[in-house]
Amino acid sequence: MALALDDLKSKNQTADRAFRGATLAGGATIVIILGLIAWTIADKSRLAFKTEGLSFFTEPRWAPAANVYGALSFIYGTAVTATIAVLLAVPVSLGIALFTTQVAPSWLKRPIVAMTDLVAVVPSVVFGLWGIIFLAPKLTPVFKRVSGWFHGVPVLGRIFGPASSGRTFMTAGLILAIMITPIIASISREVMETCPLTDRDGALALGATRWEMIKGAVLTHSAGGIVGSVMLGLGRAMGETIAAALVIGSSAAITANVFSPGDSLPSVIAFEWGEATSDVKRSALIAMGLTLFVMTLIVNFVATAVVNRSMKRMRGES
Amino acid sequence: MTEKVHTMHEPADESVDSAARSTGGVAAPANKLIFSVNDLSVDYGAFTAVRDVTLGIYANDITAFIGPSGCGKSTVLRCFNRMNDTIKSAKVHGSILYHDIDLYGPTISATQVRRHIGMVFQKPNPFPKSIYDNVAYGPRLAGLKNKSELDELVETSLRGAALWDEVKDRLKSSALGLSGGQQQRLCIGRALAVKPDVILMDEPCSALDPIATARIEDLMQEIKQQYTIIIVTHNMQQAARVSDRTAFFTTEVNSESDRRTGVLVEYGRTDSIFSQPVDDRTEQYVTGRFG
Repeated sequence: MALALDDLKSKNQTADRAFRGATLAGGATIVIILGLIAWTIADKSRLAFKTEGLSFFTEPRWAPAANVYGALSFIYGTAVTATIAVLLAVPVSLGIALFTTQVAPSWLKRPIVAMTDLVAVVPSVVFGLWGIIFLAPKLTPVFKRVSGWFHGVPVLGRIFGPASSGRTFMTAGLILAIMITPIIASISREVMETCPLTDRDGALALGATRWEMIKGAVLTHSAGGIVGSVMLGLGRAMGETIAAALVIGSSAAITANVFSPGDSLPSVIAFEWGEATSDVKRSALIAMGLTLFVMTLIVNFVATAVVNRSMKRMRGES
Repeated sequence: MTEKVHTMHEPADESVDSAARSTGGVAAPANKLIFSVNDLSVDYGAFTAVRDVTLGIYANDITAFIGPSGCGKSTVLRCFNRMNDTIKSAKVHGSILYHDIDLYGPTISATQVRRHIGMVFQKPNPFPKSIYDNVAYGPRLAGLKNKSELDELVETSLRGAALWDEVKDRLKSSALGLSGGQQQRLCIGRALAVKPDVILMDEPCSALDPIATARIEDLMQEIKQQYTIIIVTHNMQQAARVSDRTAFFTTEVNSESDRRTGVLVEYGRTDSIFSQPVDDRTEQYVTGRFG
């Protein structure tokens, strides 16, 4: 034979197989852990759902002594504090993102970005403590004054109702807002930075002012990513335990008044688990964890759907 | 003043009427002078990108800027609609008179300048919006809200850009679904919708295939009846095909700093620039021996 064709035969592919095995194991681990978590908490929640039925979700009273386990006021508290947090954090975060990407000179941009990221690494318990010792006492008179302004005004008068202490839905919402601001700001900033220079030039060349250019080019380009970052922040605000627990006031209440104390799902789980002696109470607390898990899952699914849709629209696929 | 550039580059060539050449006019310049550029230089920080450019642009002409990479032709183009304002380190010296008004005068607004002097870029850059919204973008900025007026303006602009027939049934679908050539015509239509006087084109065909390029070139010939066009191009054949006047730029290396600075070498009617260039560097470039 003139030709040496031996090199056509398959090489030893052990390394390739090992690599594939290792990556597969990594991927499988996360699925297994997620599955175990879901299965465990679903299984341990069964007792609560069996004894309470659907009233677990509709019963506002949480009275373990009377064997009444209702999660509604905690679901409400979680939703209210997370909503306040998002409403307060979004304008500030977008302001930071737009300032760093569009307005700030480069020497100012770096320190602002670094400081924003620093806020993200502060442990949440530190936020909670700061909220108790500093923010709550300072806010009490502010709440009282604001409540006075809106006294007697329809709707707003009920939302900004009488304030008695600094530990309220509003305080928790504020602390959560500070915590999620770096998340929303840094993801939005990264998305905005991917806005092509050609888009910006295109808008400016048509006579857009800087703000019009930002609205037409930067925000249009970044809309999907911004929604995604807000949803991520919302998920974080809903799930945050200790910071919210320290400043929310820990009293189950459903009221329109954001200046009244309340409680949230993660906070009540954290505080009551240690003293949960009866099986039903433990199961009810686990069921609240499951509820929170499902709520954050829904938020994430919605976020993914929104982001995907807007990406598709941008690529011209619909 | 206007002679400065040429006396610097052509000290031996006294026979050339440099004043006439610096305004690009040889015979019968029937068209009105619309821009007069005087001693224009642009610095980026400490680095001078292009210096001492003096030339005149005539209404309803297609004026081509040609030259090798780095010769400053795009930089000069971006001075006409003050797009260099968006680059923080850029500093413009000299003046550009537009109908005798200094575009860099203290009371002149860059955004208003850009409504008179539109621009089409190298890479088609439609916004990630619908075809309709792309064209309506500029008029809406200018405050036009009336639906039927907008509809009409979108249609005339797209007809003006020779795109209407291809997109009239899908005005609401995304502009990013169009082909590259269609996108570039959309960008031309988008510029037309602002009703400018002048359209600047920065290598508008460099990202397009030959067929799409031919369509853009045809389109330029059609719209020059109503607009003045300045086009930067790397493609000499394109300059020869489409333009009435051509300005040739090149780079000069500063012996001290070893940095390149763009200069205007020669400006005149396109046919004379290509058939009887006065400067050796122009001749070398247009005959393909350099650049």
